Amino acid sequence: MTDELPPTPEPSIFERMRTRLTPDGVPSDDRGRMRMVVDSLILHLHPTKIPDRTLRWTYTWGLGGLAAVLMMVLALTGVVLLNNYTPAAPQAYLDILELNSNVWFGELMRNLHHWSANLLIIVAVLHLIRVFITGAYRPPRELNWLLGMLMLILVLASNFTGYLLPWDQLAYWAITVGTSIISYLPIIGNWLTRLILGGPEVGPNTLLNFYSMHIALIPLAIFGIMSYHFWRVRKDGGLSIPKSLDESESGAEIKLERLTTIPNLVQKELIYAIAWVAALLIFAMLVPAPLESIANPDLSPNPAKAPWYFMGLQEMLLHFHPLVGAILIPGLVILGIFLLPFFDLNPRNVGVYFRSRRGRALTLLAAGIALIATPAWVLLDEYLLDWTGWLPSWPSLISNGLIPLLVITIPLILLDDWVRKSFQADTEERVLFIATFIFTAFIILTITGIFFRGPGMALYLPWNMPTH
Amino acid sequence: MPDPTPSTSRRDFLKLTWAFFGAAAAVETAGIFITYLQPRLAEGEFGSIINAGLVDDFPPNSVTHLTNGRFYIVRLADGGFLSIYHRCTHLGCTVPWDETQQKFICPCHSSEFDRQGLVTNPPAPRPLDLFKVSIVDGSVMVDTAVPIQRQSYETAQVIYP
Ligand code: HEM
Ligand code: FES
Repeated sequence: MTDELPPTPEPSIFERMRTRLTPDGVPSDDRGRMRMVVDSLILHLHPTKIPDRTLRWTYTWGLGGLAAVLMMVLALTGVVLLNNYTPAAPQAYLDILELNSNVWFGELMRNLHHWSANLLIIVAVLHLIRVFITGAYRPPRELNWLLGMLMLILVLASNFTGYLLPWDQLAYWAITVGTSIISYLPIIGNWLTRLILGGPEVGPNTLLNFYSMHIALIPLAIFGIMSYHFWRVRKDGGLSIPKSLDESESGAEIKLERLTTIPNLVQKELIYAIAWVAALLIFAMLVPAPLESIANPDLSPNPAKAPWYFMGLQEMLLHFHPLVGAILIPGLVILGIFLLPFFDLNPRNVGVYFRSRRGRALTLLAAGIALIATPAWVLLDEYLLDWTGWLPSWPSLISNGLIPLLVITIPLILLDDWVRKSFQADTEERVLFIATFIFTAFIILTITGIFFRGPGMALYLPWNMPTH
Repeated sequence: MPDPTPSTSRRDFLKLTWAFFGAAAAVETAGIFITYLQPRLAEGEFGSIINAGLVDDFPPNSVTHLTNGRFYIVRLADGGFLSIYHRCTHLGCTVPWDETQQKFICPCHSSEFDRQGLVTNPPAPRPLDLFKVSIVDGSVMVDTAVPIQRQSYETAQVIYP
């Protein structure tokens, strides 16, 4: 035996694998951490340093990030659901029953997918409101506003196409009513509806069409646009810088401190994502996604309601000819939202919640007026106004469409004029006022549709709702 | 120095040609996809000519639902036949016949229609659609290929045996 060498401690196999993955660990100095952000494919979504203010919870509420987390949960649960689903009628319905009763964690996957999809709509809309109220859509961020709107429309389309897939009564009739709205488009309406349905009414071909849109076309588009959206945030110089009303009024220069992305931003994002996923899991374990009896084309349930996020639209249909209530008004509103960055240019108050003190007061005022005027109008139209009865020989497009349209637009124009004259509101504050009014009215219509409409779409108090 | 105009206009010409063929290719591609996606006509029950039964199966003043054909056979008091598509002209719900109130009442947004399918309560914008009826050898034949849209009721819509 020759001289024994002292035994060198050999790294364990796990240690060796770890050092291959992150050769240097997470560096302990700022410089090294910044390098890591630049070098990492995933982390370089972020800049190396960010202004301390943009980290405030109360500015973004983390809503955009949460939307992205939900998209990932949806992609993951969606892909595994495919393993237990056949896009054929009536097999689709039987597959869902099987999933709920005989597949390990099948119901959990379905519930997670269902609730994340619904939450995503709420979160995307809240994110839009935050961006709107802080004026963050102003130049140079116009393009990102447009991309965001595109994503919102795709998210709604994704929800709507997914709604049909369980092939139960809820699905069948919501999609029948929803797609019939399209047939009111002038000239191409009937042709387009047939194309989307793959036939004269909702049937097996519709299921296949919706399936291919839901699992391929729409998610690909969303993830594509999402990457662009994130890249634009960086290209536009990061987030808009939050300011308080006082700071904005005094116009003083704001001193920004820049913090390193690791750990300041990454840590927050991680905790936020984990907390939300945990909350979703608990919710999905406790609250099952709805499933009714199998689709029956001969029997419309009473009431037959659209998906909840289209309930505001459905409520409009009770008050207007479909061409006005479901196409003209929503079309104009959506066009208005798209064009917002191009007619409200004042870049002064970007990053300030409600833009100015007057803006804040007017927002409250608009919400208050809409809160009273909308239910009043619903009740009035339900019980007193009867344009088609009063003007029986007029085409219903005029008596039930243009006349009620005038009845609601004229007061809105007068209100705008009043705000401009009595409050000396400038363009930006007037836009804030009108938008708040329309948005609040839409929310109230949605709530009316969800909670106050019963059999025959008559009005009921929620606690007196007949069960059949 | 040579005049630059000719070469500029040649470039313009080439650009225009590119734009033209590019647009043509885009239109063709869109056309191919849209044609590909056209509904496939199924030779099923609904959409073909359906034998609803014998004339005498339907007493005068009756309304009968034939669910597999998606239509009602309405026999008027004077013995005339109408075949009414059961799809609401508002937003497509299936309209049941209410025997006690003697009218069609849509469960979705409460449109009402009388025996001939005329709107008696909106929001439905037009009467219920019809299918073409013919009487062949004492049987009532209904052609469900194309729903016939109408704005009013005319006696010509009624078929007599
Ligand atoms: C699936 C939907 C969406 C996702 C995943 C998403 C994601 C994000 C993320 C992560 C940010 C960073 C800041 C933040 O969290 O607030 C952001 C910012 C932004 N988003 Fe979205 N977004 C979505 C929809 C929308 C919509 C509907 C709009 C508006 C029409 C919009 C407009 C913007 C704008 C203008 C910014 C820059 C804000 C600023 O600089 O302060 N996004 N988005
Ligand atoms: S679908 Fe029949 S009233 Fe709306």
